[in-house]
Order: sequence, then structure tokens, then C-alpha cells
Amino acid sequence: MKRYDVITGNYSAAWGARLSKVEVIAAYPITPQTTIVEKLSEWVDKGEMKAKFIAVESEHSAMSAAMGASAAGARAFTATSSHGLLYMYEMIAWAAGARTPVVMAVVNRALGPPWNIWSEHTDVLMTRDTGWIQFWASNNQEVLDSIIQAYRVAEDKHVLLPAMVTLEGFVLSHTAMPVTIHEQDKVDSFLPPYNPPHYVVNPMISEPFTYGNILFPWDYAKVRMSIERAMINSIDVIKKAAKEFEEIFGYSHGALIKEENVENADVAIIAMGAVAEEVEAVSEQLRKDGLKIKAVKVRVFRPFPKREIAEIANSVSKIIVIDRDISFGWDGILASHVKAVLHEYKVDTPVFTKIMGIGGDDILPEHIVKAVKDVY
Amino acid sequence: MEVPEDHLLLPISKPKKGAGGETGAWRVYRPVIDPAKCIKCMMCYMYCPEAAIEVSNRNEIPRIDYRYCKGCLICYEVCPVPGKAIKIERETGEKS
Amino acid sequence: MVKTIMDEIIEAGDYVLPGTTACPGCGSTLALRYVLKALGKNTVLVIPACCSSVYQAIYPNSAINVIIYNVAFASAGAVASGIKQALDIKGYQDVNVVVWGGDGGLVDIGFATVSGAAERNEDIFIICYDNEAYMNTGIQRSGSTPPGAKTTTTPLGKIVGFKKPMPFLMLLHGIPYVATANVAYPTDLYEKVKRGKEINGFKYIHILSPCPPGWRYDDSKTVEVGKLAVETGYWILWEGYYKEGKIRISLSPPSRPYRTPAKRKPIEEFLKYQGRFKGFTETSIKRVKEWIDYQWNLIEPFLQ
Repeated sequence: MKRYDVITGNYSAAWGARLSKVEVIAAYPITPQTTIVEKLSEWVDKGEMKAKFIAVESEHSAMSAAMGASAAGARAFTATSSHGLLYMYEMIAWAAGARTPVVMAVVNRALGPPWNIWSEHTDVLMTRDTGWIQFWASNNQEVLDSIIQAYRVAEDKHVLLPAMVTLEGFVLSHTAMPVTIHEQDKVDSFLPPYNPPHYVVNPMISEPFTYGNILFPWDYAKVRMSIERAMINSIDVIKKAAKEFEEIFGYSHGALIKEENVENADVAIIAMGAVAEEVEAVSEQLRKDGLKIKAVKVRVFRPFPKREIAEIANSVSKIIVIDRDISFGWDGILASHVKAVLHEYKVDTPVFTKIMGIGGDDILPEHIVKAVKDVY
Repeated sequence: MEVPEDHLLLPISKPKKGAGGETGAWRVYRPVIDPAKCIKCMMCYMYCPEAAIEVSNRNEIPRIDYRYCKGCLICYEVCPVPGKAIKIERETGEKS
Repeated sequence: MVKTIMDEIIEAGDYVLPGTTACPGCGSTLALRYVLKALGKNTVLVIPACCSSVYQAIYPNSAINVIIYNVAFASAGAVASGIKQALDIKGYQDVNVVVWGGDGGLVDIGFATVSGAAERNEDIFIICYDNEAYMNTGIQRSGSTPPGAKTTTTPLGKIVGFKKPMPFLMLLHGIPYVATANVAYPTDLYEKVKRGKEINGFKYIHILSPCPPGWRYDDSKTVEVGKLAVETGYWILWEGYYKEGKIRISLSPPSRPYRTPAKRKPIEEFLKYQGRFKGFTETSIKRVKEWIDYQWNLIEPFLQ
């Protein structure tokens, strides 16, 4: 039954998993993700969700168990943040190589030392090379919807890669917003049950096989590069899923990106996560002040929306990228991606990196306005 | 390196005898069961780490599969027959 | 003709296919033959990085005829938990989900996952073949290396550290089945796996697996060395379980005579075969003897 409620990002993530009818949850608590895990635990114990909850002893084990469950044919879910994400890093890479379509909610949190529990994007961006699809949610509705879409995309037979949905710590995770909790049958019509088309670790279904013993380099290279092919395939699958979602539910968060429908924009501001919504709110004000800008949200960071970014760059004279992260000795990670895309597509537009909000430092409208005015 | 057309090349292997090749080539010494002395106690069959000794039931003399026997000679060691029912022969390097 | 356990073992066939890439005389493949004979084909082996990751041979072939999921070093206990829970919820209750790993992946780096799975009483079997060092990477010391043993990271013999009493540690978690085994006693191992298979809950078996290159003895002596381990009291064969607030342990028949120290063969008989104990000092013999006494002292209060 459709419900309209005011819930936090974490509860939205829990609802996303519940509506996706996940079958095995393996998770370890870490601030600011804990309430996702607690909520799911409560629903499982009360029988409101028909799922297994494995209270693993670490995040490394959380990903191990989720991956194992997925390999055995169940729809698996986990959630983590910052140091937990980094602790399971080895297994994140393993899950991609194992082609297990696990979906993980990651709540952005800064890394220590020193200890800091507030939002920063660096943690998730550090996993960008592992072969996972990455959705960056900007509001709680998008958190819920992206988890459902993530399963749809990850389990697609042309993809079969794990996917993460990120939400900002405290800004989204602990902030309550109006969210529509969809009817189960509508979700079911969008997301069919998981039926692994590639392999199942179940001797009652499969003949004996060995997964992942040694491959010599010439064989390994092909097997490994087929992950890249799956990632390329996922671009169309993500677009298709977004379109189908819109047809069934009546609205869209965008596919790979979401750009403001603004004519004659001079400057584009590119951002991700909750920051992107902040930018959207500010841009309207700035246009009233006579600055012709357009807000662009990168919704999917992997596969990176190269073509879409290049097209936008072609239509504006300047780009500002807001990075709530830093890659030491390099650049803001999102900005460096944009610059690389422009080079690949031979687009000349100057790109300005603005690093903001490190460690959860507030990103206020005046900061964004100043950033724009600095380069306008 | 080109990206393959196939997005689902999986590192899946299938069980097969001789997966590591014809490991009999590793042998320096070859165990040979002497049918005249063998008492069919099954110890050699039991203790072969390679499962290279075959037998269908306790009434048969076990057969060593020389394609795979690595010549560890555990079978010789565990043979309980006084004077051993297994002979040890030096491989000559010629294919048999 | 009366059917004996030997008939049963022969009829069970072999799931280890000859032509593995294991060393000649390997204790692990010998043990695996019996583990799989007892478990049968309805089995998933979860294998962390260890010798058995490597002796499966190379793509596209595998030397083992059951489903194997190769996983990262520390993760086996957790992956197995996930697989079992998934099979459960999908309605496949009769599958044996078994971790088959070495002492590195289960006693050291993977200890947390094994301990966690035990604490949750996951319905899986964790079977450790203990060759007492990180053999796959070239014989480096592990938490399971006995005092005095030479490895590449303890070139003068293990001076720092003891040997983790892993099977006893597992029993202390309060689980329904723990056993020790030894490749030199295959029917004992076979029966233990069969008994464990019938139990719902977390099962652990710890198998002494002599290693010719690692322990430095002639390939043909694996069974002999294994037997001496039991006859000197160095390796104790027992089964144990936790029930209603108590731990109970029973000695397996091959080890019963050696409960009496006077009946044990001198430890030198075990040590003399192995190059890893060559040149052992008085101190290291003393520590090995201490280790033997310690193991017997640990289980004595719980012996039935």
C-alpha cells in the first residue's frame, strides 16, 4: 500500500531494501549507517520481512557474506560507511570479480584520524576503480528509488555487477524528508525476482564447477576485461531502467545525470549527492541575480557519464565542479573526471575545481554563490 | 587491450582427471604392485594422496594409474606385507 | 559378505581427481579425499587462499569434483555463512556448506570470520588442514607453527610464540561439534566428518596434515610422520561438544593409550624425521614437550 511519510535517508534506504524484497542482509553497524541496519533487523525479527539477517563480526565479513549469499542465488544487501567501506575494500573488489549483483547502501562519512562522523565523499570515491556501479542520491526519495533501480540494473543479464547507492551522512541519513513508500506490487512490476543467469553456488541446481581458481594472464585478461564490457552495457541498462521507472511511478531522478532545463546557460555547476540539490536551490536565486547558470547533477558516477558531460561542456563557457572530496596530490576527484572527459572529447571549456565541505563542513548557499562569482 | 564483446567471460573451471596435466611425468620412482604378494588389504588405495590408485571392491588387486602417480611411494611405505607387495622401480626417462 | 567401513569408503568413490597440482605425498589432498567421501556430492567447498586454492590446478580445469567457491584469504567463514543462509531461505536445506582451508586462513588472518561464524552457530562445517605454517607461500610461520620449528620467517626455529590450541578454542565457543583428526587415520577422519554432517549448527574439524617440503621429510613418510604425531602424544585425536553449560570431550580410540604419558613414544622420534626441527636445542625440545603437556591438560578436565 502506498504510504507517504516523513522519514530519514537511512529509513528510506531500509525501505528500498525492503521493497526490493532482499533475501539476505549481512551488515555491521557504523555511524552514520546504523539505523539502516537496525531498522532492517527489526523488520526481519518481527516477520515483516522474509529475509535472513546475518549479524556479522566486521564489514569485511559483511561483504563476504553478502557476496556468498548472492552467489548462492539470493538477493543480498549490505550497508556501511567510511572506515567500514575501507575495511571491506578487498571484498568489494572481490564481489565485482565474482559478478555478484549485491547492492550496498553507503553513507558518506569522512575518514580519520582524526575521528569525524560527518559527510564527505572521499570514502565512496576511493572505491571507484573496483568495478561497482555507483548511484549518488541527492534526497531521501532518491535513496529509496535508487536502491530499487540498483537491483534492476545490477541483476540485468547484460550487466551482472554489484552496485552501490550512496547518501550523505547526517545531511540525508539522519534528516527526515517527505518520501513516498511505493506499493509493493508496483515495485514488483519494475523489479522481478533474482534468477542468476550466470552461475549458482548450489549443488542441487548446478553440476560441479570451480569458481575462480588460477587463470594464466592471457585468460585472466579477457575475463577481467569483460567486466569493462558489462560496465559499458550498464549505461543503456541504467537509462532504460530510469525510463521504465518513470513510466511506472510517474517521475524521474534522471538517468546518468540530471540537468536543469535552462536555456542559454553560461556556466554549469556540476556536483554530486546532496550537494547537487543545494546547487540546484542556489542556481535559481543566482539566475534571478542575472547569472546565467545551470545546475548539473552527476547521478551515476560509475559508469561515468562521459558523453553527457561533454555535451553540457560544449554548451557553456565555463564549468565549476564542486568536490566534497580530495585526492591528495591530485585534484578534486569529480573535477578531475570532468577535465579528463573534456580532453577525450576535445572540448575546450575551462573547468574550475571548488573543494568544499570536507569533513562535513557546511556547504551553505553563500559558499556556492561565492564560488560562482569568483569565476563568472 | 581490447574490451571483449562478451560481458560475461567467467573464471569457471570444470572437474577433470589430469587437471594439472599428466602428473605421472613428475615421477622419479615408480611403485609396482606385485599381484602374487598382494593381500588386498586396500592400504595403498586408502593412503594415496592423489587418488591415483583405483579399485572397485575389496576383491580386486588395486591398479595404479601411472598417468598421474607422482611416485611419492606412500603406498610402498604403508604396505603391511612382510617384504612389501610393492616394488620400487627407477624411471628410466623413456615413455612406457 | 558383511559390509565394512572399507567397503563404504571404496563405494563412496573419489571426488579428488588424480592430476592435482599438489606436491607428491601431500597430506591435504589425502585428507580431502576422506572429507569429500564422507560429505558426498551435495557439497559446496569454500576455499580461502591456501595450498588447496592452488592444487585445484588451472583454468579451465579443476581437480576437484564438487562445487568450489574460491574466496579471499580472510573471508571464508563469512562467505560460507552467506551461502548457507541464502540456500536456506531459497529452500535448499540439505546442502553441505564447508570451508576447507589451511591454518593461515582459518587460525590467523581468517580467525575473526571463523570465530564469528562459530559464535552465531552458523550451520556450516569449517575444516582446517593444519600443516603448521603458511605452506602455500613458501613455508612461513603461522600461529599454528609449533615452538622450535624452522620456517623461512623463523630460520633459527620458532622462539617467539606458542601454538594456538585452535580446536580447543573453537570448542570454547559453545558449538555442537569439534574434532581433531590426522591424515594418517583416514577412517577416523571419515567417521568424524560423517558424524558432524548430521549435526545442525557449527562444526569444526582440525586435521594434522604433514607436509613433505614444509616439514622437510621424504615424500613417502607422510603417513609415518602422522602416526608418530599421535604416538608421541603430540597430536591428540578427540571429539567434543558443548551442551547445556558444559563441554564434553572424548578421546578417539587411536589416542586413548597415550593419555598415560609413560605410554607415549619419546618426542624425539617424531622430531627426528623432520628437517624443520633439525638442530633443535634443549630449549625447543622443552617447549615442544610443554606444548604436549598443555594440550593434554586443557582437555583433561572435560574427558569422559
